Amino acid sequence: MNTTAIKDLIIKMADDELILGHRNSEWTGLGPVMEEDIAFSSMAQDKIGHALALYQILHEQLDGVDPDRFAFLRAEKDFRSSHLVEMPNGEYDFSLMRHFLFDHAEAVRYESLAASAFEPLKSLAFKIKGELKYHTLHANAWVMQLSNANEESHARMQQALDNTIALAAGIFEPSEKWESDLISYEIYPGEQILFQRWIERISPILEQASLRLPDLKTVTPVYGGRKGYHTIYLQPLLTEMGEVYNLDAEASW
Amino acid sequence: MSNDSLDPRVNRLKLGVAGEAIRVEEGENWNIYEVFHQEKRGAHHEHVGCVHAPNQELALIFAKEQFARRKKCVNLWVVKSADILAFDVEDEDMFANNADKNYRDASGFKVMEKINKYKQSKK
Repeated sequence: MNTTAIKDLIIKMADDELILGHRNSEWTGLGPVMEEDIAFSSMAQDKIGHALALYQILHEQLDGVDPDRFAFLRAEKDFRSSHLVEMPNGEYDFSLMRHFLFDHAEAVRYESLAASAFEPLKSLAFKIKGELKYHTLHANAWVMQLSNANEESHARMQQALDNTIALAAGIFEPSEKWESDLISYEIYPGEQILFQRWIERISPILEQASLRLPDLKTVTPVYGGRKGYHTIYLQPLLTEMGEVYNLDAEASW
Repeated sequence: MSNDSLDPRVNRLKLGVAGEAIRVEEGENWNIYEVFHQEKRGAHHEHVGCVHAPNQELALIFAKEQFARRKKCVNLWVVKSADILAFDVEDEDMFANNADKNYRDASGFKVMEKINKYKQSKK
């Protein structure tokens, strides 16, 4: 099949991992307690590792450019990240809820890739399975802890969920051009199915945490990122992320 | 439940009275959990340090990144530090004569020769 479709899928997955990895790493040294600071930073590193693995697939299997150049030299409009991951950090409740919603989405996506007809994605899915298990375990434990701790923490987690759900649903923005090709060639099952699996995955956990998932009929997913339309928050992040690299893009490290 | 210190390990040291005892209500503060690391299946879990956590699930989750994010690990245990019973520091004298009782050491038994011979016979 035409590799442009696979590239499109990999780029959006990788850009989400890179941008959220960077965002979450902004908590390093500022986390609520030392143990959580270390755990959250460590998972942010994992995400950047997933981005690197995907950029390497592009580079090595699909005639792409060097991963560092691809990550640091691309223009903002060439990124395919979702708006969810671009949003600046606010309070920790938002970051935890984003982590919960994103990492479950990531988990169902990679689980489906374990059956992908595209071998490099299939082996990556096996490789990072354990990491994703830990990430979702961590997210679930926090959602449960804060939602059941007291009235204020429950209210804040509910608010964070209400504010984040439409953005998170935007992860599953289908590709207008390539969706049907990717499905028929069994590269992955398609965004619609992943979205359903994600809802099935998070619903019982939210219920156990006494959090109310907003009625999905009233939620309009925030799309645009996969087409290169971004929030005002992406460019400053890219500028900061590439600051050192762009001092001298030809330097050898 | 009351504590002199929030840290049970400090209390075990009996550092002496320093002002009013702080009362900590159950659930009011995070607990300290001791972390035990297992390097391979069947091996002993070895104490590696501690974490603060609001409950044992989060203690285990924190322990994973504090103590098992690099190098080999197959499992971890966490145990609430307050649940550990230990001898007092001044009771160390109970062990003072151990070094004299070398007849209790198992080191005198020479078995490696027999084991090696048995292994050879199995080849």
